[in-house]
Amino acid sequence: MSDTNHMDVSYVADLARIELTDEETTLFQGQLDQVLDYVEQLNELDVSAVQPTAHAVPLVNVLRADEPGVSLDNDTVTANAPASRGGQILVPKINEQF
Amino acid sequence: MKNLNTKTISELSDMLAAGECSSVDIVNDVLAAIDARDGRVGAYLTLDRDAALLQARAADEARAAGKTGALLGVPIAIKDLLNVKGQPCTCASRMLEGYTAPYDATAVAKLREAGAVLLGRVNMDEFAMGSSTENSALGKTSNPWNADHVPGGSSGGSAASVAADEAIASLGSDTGGSIRQPAAFCGCVGLKPTYGMVSRYGLTAFASSLDQIGPLTKTVKDSAILLEVIAGHDARDSTSIDRPVPAFSKQLDDTHRLDGMKLGLPKEYFVEGMDPEVEKAVRDAVEHCKSLGAEIVDVSLPNAKYAIAVYYIIATAEASANLARFDGIRYGLRLDGKDPIELYGRTRAAGFGSEVKRRIILGTYVLSSGYYDAYYLRAQKVRTLIRNDFIDAFTQCDAILAPVTPTPAYRIGEKSDDPLKMYLDDILTTPVNLAGICGMSIPCGFSSAGLPIGLQILGDAFKEENILKVGHAYEQTTGWHRQKPKM
Repeated sequence: MSDTNHMDVSYVADLARIELTDEETTLFQGQLDQVLDYVEQLNELDVSAVQPTAHAVPLVNVLRADEPGVSLDNDTVTANAPASRGGQILVPKINEQF
Repeated sequence: MKNLNTKTISELSDMLAAGECSSVDIVNDVLAAIDARDGRVGAYLTLDRDAALLQARAADEARAAGKTGALLGVPIAIKDLLNVKGQPCTCASRMLEGYTAPYDATAVAKLREAGAVLLGRVNMDEFAMGSSTENSALGKTSNPWNADHVPGGSSGGSAASVAADEAIASLGSDTGGSIRQPAAFCGCVGLKPTYGMVSRYGLTAFASSLDQIGPLTKTVKDSAILLEVIAGHDARDSTSIDRPVPAFSKQLDDTHRLDGMKLGLPKEYFVEGMDPEVEKAVRDAVEHCKSLGAEIVDVSLPNAKYAIAVYYIIATAEASANLARFDGIRYGLRLDGKDPIELYGRTRAAGFGSEVKRRIILGTYVLSSGYYDAYYLRAQKVRTLIRNDFIDAFTQCDAILAPVTPTPAYRIGEKSDDPLKMYLDDILTTPVNLAGICGMSIPCGFSSAGLPIGLQILGDAFKEENILKVGHAYEQTTGWHRQKPKM
């Protein structure tokens, strides 16, 4: 284990929009610090001249004809929504002026 | 009862064609096995009993009307992260309880077209994150060979259902070993195709540059049959490759010889801490392949040791983006809050299990401002080195032989409190996903405790025919695959 924490778990969890309990924050802090200690080994390598790989099978600009197709119908989509009304998904108010 | 549930796709296909049994007979035998055993195995999350019988009747009628095909009337279990229209797709998560798949995944649609019977959906680690199926929020799955042991993961329900003869075959997905490792732990055949071989449309995304759908089966030939059906270009997955699908099952010959084939043995794959019984089983398998005429050559994969570090940066980074869609707005669980931010935070706190939360947090961190270059970009560069190792190795050999896992299946609860320890077991499977090549696990023996051991056979991109050839010859001349757990 390192002397200092690699990351501030509660700050990053907030960025990821996950509320953590105090117990989870403590537990994940220890576990993720261990994982980040482990990945430090990548610093042994000199990768200054190496190109990154985002995809193992390189593909560039995959395009298709811009033709309208059939989409899911409204009922099918709203059936899975946690809350809906009149064919629309209900969400909490985001602006007090409306 | 003819115990039709114990047969392979290829055997049933012949029996159906000869009129020796019907699809309804097969489904009835499979359902009887599920009723008798699944209380102990726990492979299924949802079983479509009535729908399966309807599909079986339809397959029998189609056959009477002249339709043919290797999968016509054969029942198959689906990992619960593939969308099957009108059925639940939970990803073994509280987040998606109550969700109904609005469409078929392309691989599922191809099974339907081939006349396969979709039995139901099987258990997995939540969102495919795990190596033991212990991370399922919805059920516990045991290893059919020993109920105190894990079935592996994340496709643990797929492997257990096939090993316990509760399905003739299953579809799983493999992001870092999630088909091959449970296949090794449960003693069945698991194939991760080359990246781009099978469309990912309708597969709930975990790490998009690594995920591939593949078959878990009782034999290598069945794996070839299933791969042939699900593979192929799909305009709805821009990463699926537009090239003809070879007739894999027809290419398998029954001479069972490997003359003229060069098989690579990477010294780095016999890692420190490997169980001696696993090492011996794999080395015996290498000798066996030599006796079938193969030439064994030493190859080196010097950067494979970095695969875990690279994998747990890249996979978590991609997961943190992919799982942002589970926000409680359009589908799945919602916990209300005073504003959208609180709604997101509460929903994701309640909907995700610990491992999913850990991985999203880690992925968010490695992509965050100031850390991107140090972690994510560096990992992508080391990914290049890992891939180049395989490109070099495949200039010297037609396929690579290796272990799948450092140990046989461990006990339930043995590693579940130590994420890093669990991650380290993926050392032999993750390099394959990072390089985008194909790999297969087939049974190659048993430990003294009676648990299966897997042999990993790796092939270059789009060289599935090589690994299927080696696997078929090995399997048919050893017969490990014919051993069954005592249920």
